[in-house]
Amino acid sequence: MTITGWTLIAVFVAILLLLTKPVGMWLFALYEGRRTPLHTIFGPVERGFYKLSGIDPAEEQSWRRYAVHMLIFNAALMVFTYAVLRLQAILPVNPQGLAALGDHLAFNTAISFTTNTNWQSYGGESTMSNLSQMLGLTIHNFLSAATGIALAFALFRGFARRSAKTIGNFWADVTRVTLYLLLPLCIIITLFYIASGVPQTLAGVVDVSTLEGVKQSLLLGPVASQEAIKMLGTNGGGFFNANSAHPFENPNALTNFVQMLSIFVIGFGLTWTFGKAVGNTRQGWAILSAMLILFLAGVTITYWQEAAGNPVLHGLGVAGGNMEGKEVRFGIAASALFSVITTAASCGAVNAMHDSFTALGGMIPLFNMQLGEVVIGGVGAGIYGFLLFAILAVFVAGLMVGRTPEYVGKKIEAREVKLAVLAIAVLPLIILGFTALSSVLEQGLAGPLNKGPHGFSEILYAFTSAVANNGSAFAGLTANTPYYNGMLGVAMWIGRFFIIVPMLAIAGSLAAKKHTPESAGSFPTTGGLWVGLLVGIVLVLGGLTFLPSLALGPIADHLAMVKGQLF
Amino acid sequence: MGNDISTSLRPAIVMTILFALLLGILYPLAMTGIGQAIFPSQANGSLVRDGKGAVIGSTVIGQAFTSEHYFQSRPSAAGKGYDGLSSSGSNLGPTSQVLIDRVKGDVAKLQATTPDRPVPPDLVTTSASGLDPDISPEAAFYQVDRVARLRGIPAARVQALVAAHVERPMLGFLGAPHVNLLALNRALDKIGAP
Repeated sequence: MTITGWTLIAVFVAILLLLTKPVGMWLFALYEGRRTPLHTIFGPVERGFYKLSGIDPAEEQSWRRYAVHMLIFNAALMVFTYAVLRLQAILPVNPQGLAALGDHLAFNTAISFTTNTNWQSYGGESTMSNLSQMLGLTIHNFLSAATGIALAFALFRGFARRSAKTIGNFWADVTRVTLYLLLPLCIIITLFYIASGVPQTLAGVVDVSTLEGVKQSLLLGPVASQEAIKMLGTNGGGFFNANSAHPFENPNALTNFVQMLSIFVIGFGLTWTFGKAVGNTRQGWAILSAMLILFLAGVTITYWQEAAGNPVLHGLGVAGGNMEGKEVRFGIAASALFSVITTAASCGAVNAMHDSFTALGGMIPLFNMQLGEVVIGGVGAGIYGFLLFAILAVFVAGLMVGRTPEYVGKKIEAREVKLAVLAIAVLPLIILGFTALSSVLEQGLAGPLNKGPHGFSEILYAFTSAVANNGSAFAGLTANTPYYNGMLGVAMWIGRFFIIVPMLAIAGSLAAKKHTPESAGSFPTTGGLWVGLLVGIVLVLGGLTFLPSLALGPIADHLAMVKGQLF
Repeated sequence: MGNDISTSLRPAIVMTILFALLLGILYPLAMTGIGQAIFPSQANGSLVRDGKGAVIGSTVIGQAFTSEHYFQSRPSAAGKGYDGLSSSGSNLGPTSQVLIDRVKGDVAKLQATTPDRPVPPDLVTTSASGLDPDISPEAAFYQVDRVARLRGIPAARVQALVAAHVERPMLGFLGAPHVNLLALNRALDKIGAP
C-alpha cells in the first residue's frame, strides 16, 4: 500500500461527500416534480411523451398500480430487447455481419439488462452489433436505472406521506429522472470520454499492421455514449468483453476516476434526498455514515491483500503486488478501489479481473454483493435495500427497549417487518440454493475454469452477482450454456422483482399510516449508536448467512495460497 | 389488479417505442455526430500512422512486442495475444497450477537474458484486457541492458529514452506510473534500426 493509493481513496470519498448535497437537492426537485432549469430544453419532450402514451403525470397511483405499471413496462422492454437480439442478423448497423443471438443467450441478456444486472454471458466484440449495443442495451442502461430511482422515490413517499393512499406516478418518475438527470449528465460525460480517447463511431473494425509487422484488428463503435450511462446508471455491461479494463472503454487514470465517481454519485445523493423527504437531512447522513464505514472496511482489506500479492509468485522471484488481471495504467490501488465500488454499488463494471485477485482480495467484492449491495448500492436499489435493513434495525432496537419501533415518524409494525424479511430472504435462498444445485449437477460443474476451492468461488460468485443484480463475474466460469444462461436469468429476475414488490408494499403500507411524533421513548435514528446498529444488522443478517459458503470458497483458497497448495 | 394491467398496456408499449427512439437511436447518433466533428481522432480510435499513412496502431491500445530487440509487452490472454477482437484476462485464480506454470516459464525466459534481478510483476502477468498498452517503469528499465546490447546502442542512451517516456500519475495520485510501449519502441526505432 502506498501514500499515493490512500490519497486516491481519500480524494475520491471527499469529492463524493462534497457532491452529496447538490446532487441530493437536484434529485429532491425531481422527487417533488418541481421545475428545473432543464425543463426549458426537455420539457416539450416530456409533455410529448405523456401525450402520445396517454399518461396523466399528475395522476397518483396506489402501490399496487405503481408496481403493476412498473412490471408491465419492464416486461415490454425485455421483450423488445429479446427481439432486437434475435433479429440482429437482419437488422442494420452491423458492420461485422454478426449472427443473431441464440435463444438462451438472448433470454439471459434481455433479463440481465432489464434488471440492471448487466451480467454478460457473451463477449461484446464478437457478439453484439453496433445497433444491438445502442438500441438493445443502452436503452436499458437508462431505464433500469431510472426505474431504480423511481422505486426509491416511491419508498421515500411512503415514509414522508401521512394517511395517504398513493405513492406517486411511476411514469412521471421514470421520465423525469431520465430526461432531467441521466440524459443531460451522460451527454457531458460522453463528450469527456470521447475527448479522452473512447471511440464514438458507427464504423466497425480497423486493421492495423503493428510495429512488428503483425496484423491486428481493432474494433470501434459507439462506445462512449454507452460507457457514460453504463457507469452512471450502475449498469456495468461493457461494450467489450474486458469491460472498463479495455483501453477503448477506459483509456487513462482520469477516465477511470470519473467512472468510479459516476458509479457512486447518484447513490450518495439519494441518501440526502431521503433525509430531505422525511424532513430531517441528518437521517440521510446517518445512513450514508453506516454505508461509508462498510465501504472503507472493504476497500482496506482488498487494497491490502492485492498490494501484498500472491506468496506463490513471490517464491518464484516475482516481487510485489498482484498484477495478474490488472492494467498497468491504473495500478493496484485504483484496481482494488474500483472492484469494491463496483460491487458495493450494483454496477458490475470491472477494470481488473476479480477472478485473478488474491483469495481474500476477491472475497470482498463477493461479500459486498452478498450484503445485498446496500453499501451505497445501485442507483435507487441501494437506498431502498438499505431502508429494508433500517426497518429491521429499528425492529431489533424496539425489541431491546420494549417499545413499538418507529422510524422517521412512522410506526414499524408486523406487516412491514414481515415484508422486509421476505425481501431480504430472497438473497440467501436463491444464491445458496442455486449454487448448491450447480455444485452437484454435471451441467453446473462443467462451468468453472479454475480447480479446487477457487472453482467453487466462481459458481458462488456468479449466482451472487446475478441475484444481487451486479453483473460482475469471476469470469473464468463458462456461462454461455443453456444451463447457466437459464439459471442465471431466473436468478436475476427473482433478485430484482421479488425484492421490489414487497418493498413497494411496504411503501404503500407506510404511506397509509399517521405521523408518529418523536418522543422520549423513541430510539434515536441519527446518532452514532444508530449508525453502529445499522452496520451490525447489515453484517449479521446480510453477512453471517453466507459465512459457510465463504469458508468453502475464498477462505479455503486463501489458506491454500498461503501454504503454496496449487490446484 | 385487472384494471391496473389494462391501464398499463398503452403507456408501456408507447413509452418503450419513444424511449427506444430517444435513448437507443437519437442519443448515440447525436453523440457520434458531435464527437466526429469535435474530436475526430479520438472518436475514431486514436490511430497512429507511419510516414506513408499506413495505420500502425492506436495510442491507447497495446500490441504484441515479442522480439528481444524491442521492449517487450506483457503476456496477453486476448485470443492468441493482443487480439483486438477478443479482449480478456486469463481469469486464473491465485492457486491455479496453470498460472504458476506459466509464470515460471516466463520468469525463466526473462532470467536467461537478464539474470540476477528481481522480475517486475507486470512482465510475467497478463493484464485484465489483454490489450494493455503500457508496462511499468521498472519493467522498462529491467529491459534496458538487453535492448541496448542487441541493438548496439549505449545503455545510457536507452536508459534516458525510457526515462523520457515514463508517464507519472496524473495530479500526483491518479493511476500508476507507466510507459507506453508503442511510443517507446517507435522512438527506439528512430535512434537505431533493429
